[in-house]
Order: sequence, then structure tokens, then C-alpha cells
Amino acid sequence: MITWSSVEVSFDGRTVVGPLSLTVGDAEWVGVIGPNGAGKSTLLKAAVGIVAHRGAIDLGGRERRAGVDIAWMPQRPHLPDEMNVANYVLLGRTPHLGYLGAESSKDLQSVERAIHRLGLDELAGRALSTLSGGEAQRAVLARALAQESPVLLLDEPTSSLDVGHAVEVLEILDELRHQEGLTVITALHDLNLAGRFADRLVLLAGGRIAAEGPPAEVLTEEVLIPSYGAGIHVVTNGDGPTVIPTRRRRD
Amino acid sequence: MPAPSLVTAARIGPVRWTIAVVVLLLVAAAALLVGSVELPPDGVARALIDRLPLVVVEHGLTNLELRLLFELRLPRVVLGGMVGAVLAVAGAGYQGVFRNPLADPYLLGVAAGAGLGATLVIGVGAGSAALPPVAFAGGVAAVGATYVLSRTAGGRTTTSLILSGIAVAAFATAVQTFLLQRSYETLREVYSWILGRLVTVGWGEVWALFPYALAAGAALILSRRLLDVLVLGDEEAAGLGVNVLMVRRVVVLAATLATAAAVSVSGLIGFVGIIVPHTIRLLTGWSYRVILPLSLAYGATFLILADLTARTVVAPAELPIGVVTAFLGAPFFLVVLRTMRGSS
Repeated sequence: MITWSSVEVSFDGRTVVGPLSLTVGDAEWVGVIGPNGAGKSTLLKAAVGIVAHRGAIDLGGRERRAGVDIAWMPQRPHLPDEMNVANYVLLGRTPHLGYLGAESSKDLQSVERAIHRLGLDELAGRALSTLSGGEAQRAVLARALAQESPVLLLDEPTSSLDVGHAVEVLEILDELRHQEGLTVITALHDLNLAGRFADRLVLLAGGRIAAEGPPAEVLTEEVLIPSYGAGIHVVTNGDGPTVIPTRRRRD
Repeated sequence: MPAPSLVTAARIGPVRWTIAVVVLLLVAAAALLVGSVELPPDGVARALIDRLPLVVVEHGLTNLELRLLFELRLPRVVLGGMVGAVLAVAGAGYQGVFRNPLADPYLLGVAAGAGLGATLVIGVGAGSAALPPVAFAGGVAAVGATYVLSRTAGGRTTTSLILSGIAVAAFATAVQTFLLQRSYETLREVYSWILGRLVTVGWGEVWALFPYALAAGAALILSRRLLDVLVLGDEEAAGLGVNVLMVRRVVVLAATLATAAAVSVSGLIGFVGIIVPHTIRLLTGWSYRVILPLSLAYGATFLILADLTARTVVAPAELPIGVVTAFLGAPFFLVVLRTMRGSS
């Protein structure tokens, strides 16, 4: 589990996140949603420890170690052109090695599992620059999985994936969190994907929690329109709520 | 359980290591044998073995030849190798921590500071023994000034550090030029120092450089895996639990001190820190696990070869070694660049 307690992040005296408190339990999947600039990425970065914050972020009272306890998949990862997929995923083992450490065969096995899990076996020896957008995104996710952290923070993990691959990747995550009791937190622009996969949605607006609850309670026109503006229509069927963008009529 | 075959960390491998060591030894051997007086290979080999503890071998060299070998050529080869190794590995380290292909320790003012120190010593006629320590102090002081300036300028960023380095270097060079203008007679001597030389070396310089070269080489080689992580950028590296600031400090400190020490005994030998790591990168790929150790080996090889060229092509006169490194290095580098870009 992971807990944000009265967390606040400011840049140049301007508060961009918080103060907010949030707890996500073991094997729980929370989808953080909200318009651009709402503070979704900053909330995750504060948890990784790469953005300074006030208030406490811990793992159920236990101090967190960057990279070991929390794996973070950035929204715009830097992909070194010439590095191959296997060596890129291997970087995910960095938190488990000291300054002078070297990878053991256990580390290599973790990497191999992550590569296999995301169906990258055939691409393991390929340079990152030769991958398609979707393949590269799976490589980044594999790197995060190779960290074998109990908490996974994923910032737009499906932004370069088509619908089919997006669902496939999110299904893998869902399977993992059930099998291994992982805490999964995703920042997603796609409200429908967020609603289909997350147990609970947290709507951020202006850095604060504007709404929180099961997807059926958060994905409603009453909740979404104040944050996203008009142009949203929600229909509910057997699969739960679906958000549909609407256009103004030009008469 | 068998080791997984899908994933192997980037490494140098026995073939590349063997080639690097054999090439280094061949070049070093050539540098010991060739010169104004040719020495017999078997005699030199025997004389070297004879120097090992508890071994006595008949070598047949005259006393003059022995002095030439042990007091002139051997220290010069060893020093050339150390200077080359230090400049190349420091350049590779700088390129890694600053993620800038043109970075090398000269960038933060080491060269200009050391040059100013050397000019002062030569200008006041203090004698050659004072030159290395004062040049070293000048180089370290310049980098210290760069660091303080970049901090007070309010930035912790790489850009503010590099810009401060440029400012400090410009200032030190201006002072140096002013001093040179005032005393025209030191111009030639300072100029020859600036172009780099291994002419007057003996074992003293070797021992002066040795601790710095050893410490810097070790610190840089031990940081090689983390330099591969820094390729991802500061934020992602920190997300992977890397203390980015500490890695940067270790690498910059080690590379800078060693470069200042190298420059203080050899003058400003340019180009090695850029050309050697980049040639290795072009030939072997992205990983600092490969680039750093090979830079050490080929940096040494390159400078011994450059020095051999410097003292033989216009014998009995000598070319400044800085001229040779650029003259040999630039075309070679362009050829490698063209071939590799062409093949990829």
C-alpha cells in the first residue's frame, strides 16, 4: 500500500498539488484522472521522490526507497537510440544494486520474466530506435516490471498504444496485481480505459481531489463537466459508464 | 539453474580485451626500441626481465643503452601511457555525466587555469620544478571558480556549469595573454608548453601523476554502470534510486583532478579526451561499461603512438605532441565517423 498524507507540492511558490491525502491498498488499482495540468504526473513524481513535497508519503508507515519499493513509468521516457531492449529493461534492476554492484543471474532472470510477460522476447536484441511506438511503450513497462516493486506508478502507460494493445497491456497489469498483490496507480487521459480497469478513480482538478470513488460514481456528467468543461456525455450500460465526447451544433 | 540467454549485460569480452592489450604492448615496445638510437629487441626484453626481483638475465646492453632505456625511454612511455589513459577516460566520464558528446575536462577551465599557472612560473623564471605543482593548482583553482560561479549564478544545471566554465576559461586565457604580452621572451617557452610535450620527463613526473591516475581511473571505472543509467536523464535515473548528484560529483572530481595532474606534467595535449572515447563508441556501441575501460587502454596506446611519431618524423628535432594528436587523430576520427555512419 501507499499513503499520501497532507501532501503539497509547490513550484516557485505556486501550489500545483494538494494539500491532499490518499491511500491505495495492496492489490488495489487506482486511476488518477483529471484535465491537463491537474497535477496527475506531479502527484506520482512526488511519490517516487523526484519532486520535493511537504507532508508524508509512505508505505503504510514504512519509509519508501526510490526504485526498490516504487516503480515509476514516466509519461515521456527517454529511449537511448542504440541501447537494445534487453539492456534497457536491465536498467530496471538498478535500484537493487549498490554503487559498485553488478547484476547477478537473479537480476537477469527478473529481466527475462518481464520481457517475456510483455511479449518482447523476439525484440530483446533490437535497438530501441528500431521499435514502433507501441513496442517501445511495452519495453518501458517491462523496465518498470523488472524493478519488482510492490507499488507501480504508471504515467500514461497506454498513450502510444492502439485500443487493442492498450487493453492487452492493462490486462497484463490487472493479472499481475491480482497474482502478486501489487498496488497499481495509473494516470490516464482515457477515461473509459481508466473506468474499465481501475477499482477506484481519483479526479484531480487544480491539484486537489475533486471526486473519488468507484468508476460508476466518478464518471458522471455532474462530476466530470465542472473539471473538463462541457462537451461530455456519459452513457451507462452493462459494462458501466462510458464517456462520449460531444460537439456543439453549428446551426 | 542455467543463466538466462536472452539477457546479457553489455561487456567487453575476451577478444576485445586481448586486442586492446596486445596493441598497447606492441606500441609500447615499438616506442622503447625506435628512436635516434635503435635498441635491440631481445636485449631490451632481457634487460626488462633482469629488472624483475629475484631474476638475473644476461642482456648485453651497454651502460649508455641501459640509461637510454631506463632513464629516458621507459619513463616517457609510461608517462605517455598514463597521460593518454587519464585524458581519454576523463573525457569519456565527462561525456557520460553531462550527456554531451563534446564535453571533456578542459570544458570547465582545467586547461586555461593550468596554462595560466604555467605562464606565471615561466614568466617569473621560477624553474621547471615549480611548473607542475603550480599548473596543477591553476587547473584546480579554475575548476573551483567555475563551480562557485555556477552555484552563485543560481543554477544547479549542467548548462550553468558549462557556461561558467567558458567564462572562467576566457578570463584565465585573457590574463595569460596579458602576461605574455608583457614579457615577449617567455612566449616561446609557454607556447611550447601549451602545445604539450613529454620531452623533459623522468620518473619524477611518473610518480607525481601515478596516484591521481590510479584514483581517477578506479573511480571512473567503478562508475561505469551508473553512467549507463544516467543516459536516461536525471529524473528517470533518480526514479531508479540513483543519487545522480553524487555520481556526477564523483566522476567530475576524479576526472578533473586527474586531468589537472596530467596537464601539469605534459602540457595541454588536446583532442585525446574527445577522439578516443568517440572512436570506441562508434566501433563498439553505447555502453560506458565498454567505453570507459577501453578508453583507458586505447588512450594510453594513442598517446604513446603520438609521442613516438612526435620524436621520430622530424628527428633529431621533435614535434609538439599536441600537434601530432590532432594531426593523426582528426583524419582517423573522420574516417571512423564516415564508415560507421555509412554502415548504419
